[in-house]
Amino acid sequence: MRRGGPFYAQLGLTVLLCLFIVVPIVMSALAGVTVNVFKGLSSGLTLRWIFEVWDLYAQSILLSLWLAVACLVVTTLAGVPLAYVLVRRPNRLTRMFEEILTLPVAIPGLALALALLITYGGFGSFRSSWVFILIGHVLFTMPFMVRSVAAVMSAMDMKTLEEGAASLGAGFWHRFLHVIVPNATPGILAGALMVVTLSIGEFNLTWMLHTPLTKTLPVGLADSYASMRLEIGSAYTLIFFVLIMPLLIAMQMLANPGKKRRAASQPAEDE
Amino acid sequence: MALQNLGEGRSRPSFSRYFGMSRSAMASPATFMALMAPGVAIVAAFFLIPLVLVAMEVANGPDGWATYLVILTNARYFESLVQTLLMSAGVTVVALILCGIVGMFLVRNRFSGRSVLIGLLTLPLSFPGTVVGFMVIMLAGRQGAVGSISNALIGEKIVFAYEIAGLFIGYLYFSIPRVILAVMASAEKLDPQLEEAARSLGAPRWRVVRDVILPGLMPGLISSGAICFATAMGAFGTAFTLATDIDVLPMVIYTEFTRNANIAVAAALSIALGLITWLCLSAVRFLVGEKADLATRGGA
Repeated sequence: MRRGGPFYAQLGLTVLLCLFIVVPIVMSALAGVTVNVFKGLSSGLTLRWIFEVWDLYAQSILLSLWLAVACLVVTTLAGVPLAYVLVRRPNRLTRMFEEILTLPVAIPGLALALALLITYGGFGSFRSSWVFILIGHVLFTMPFMVRSVAAVMSAMDMKTLEEGAASLGAGFWHRFLHVIVPNATPGILAGALMVVTLSIGEFNLTWMLHTPLTKTLPVGLADSYASMRLEIGSAYTLIFFVLIMPLLIAMQMLANPGKKRRAASQPAEDE
Repeated sequence: MALQNLGEGRSRPSFSRYFGMSRSAMASPATFMALMAPGVAIVAAFFLIPLVLVAMEVANGPDGWATYLVILTNARYFESLVQTLLMSAGVTVVALILCGIVGMFLVRNRFSGRSVLIGLLTLPLSFPGTVVGFMVIMLAGRQGAVGSISNALIGEKIVFAYEIAGLFIGYLYFSIPRVILAVMASAEKLDPQLEEAARSLGAPRWRVVRDVILPGLMPGLISSGAICFATAMGAFGTAFTLATDIDVLPMVIYTEFTRNANIAVAAALSIALGLITWLCLSAVRFLVGEKADLATRGGA
């Protein structure tokens, strides 16, 4: 194709948009390792702020990782069977359930948190445990796991696979665990990445659900932005980026080959 | 369903019956129920029941059931609603225009560095709202990039992170990845030959865009616009971090609930907000024919 003015104009806009996204990320990463932001980079580089963040917020960072793992376990155990039923038994009832399942993503996290607080806020020990936050995260991430697994399941020839296994004498649970689940692994993997990334970054729900003893990473971030010096907020953000980048890159790598294979059937896999 | 079972029965190899293995490849209804049980239990206990209780909580408000209308009758809430709607609509339009051009460009052209650009543009997809707010501070805050550049150029620091412009920039920041992914997905389905044909018939560039590209992209634009709008309506973290004096609806709900302990009003406002975002996403199905792809919604 001939590359005239319009090509470069569009390229320029694309690069500009990229800069808009990337410049603040780079700036905050640099500010996190700068001795004094107000004097600039010339004041030297240091890891001091990173260590200080660790001293202040290690608890909340670890809690977030723990929550993400717990959330992954729950969404996998409950979500994979759900996806199977939705694909294998598409009737009015299961479709309605699918609608309800995705509702927590369609409504603002704040509203969802409010509903949980009004219902269960009175149960003191439950309210103040990490399980309370886990429930919010599970509601919010479950649709992503179910969708991702269901997409892969509807692309594979489940009927033939199951009949083959059944004809060899495999009972349902055996088929499910040894035939269906292994074949759905790409979907589970993509869903798992999504669930973990979303759980680590979830703020809207968590801010409402957290207590002083159950602060997560993003809650700590908001706290550091509001009450700590700029360098500490930046260093904390840097830690968040370092945690989340590998997940995002893995997600993009997982999405790309899939796109070539099943481009038309499921644009849903782009996340 | 009955027909399907019949077909399965027939396709079952005869030897399994011969050896007395008459298990159907379709699990029994009881098994299906068992499979759904954990998911249904979670949704029922922690979503459906709370939803009903919130709806009932509103009746405890100052005006009883009329508290539902507080968003329309109270001037402060109504103003906040209008501001949030305008803000979200504005961000959606700008994001659609920018991402429409850039997304189309990235799909139609192959050049080195293209995948890096795509990767960078979709990076903030799972940034929490607070981080997006902080990014705005990095861009337009007192130590921000814009301020430093303007200081070097005209000797004056331009700071707008804590104004409505800053909030707008933040909303745009988390909207771009979502919209770009959706635009690229629908641009990939467009047939480039249609554009070639239009061009070879002598159509000027703007007519190709208006009559060929835009109609083809429209379903994708509507669906990603709805997601963008719904996300902006419910965004809380960005406004929270920037602490602007613009009261977007989620901030009002938060203040009513935590500072004023005005639970019934907060519940009424939440239901109104939830209804708006849900209706907006549901409308996509009637306009486009398929569901809005919530998978690109991500965090924020």
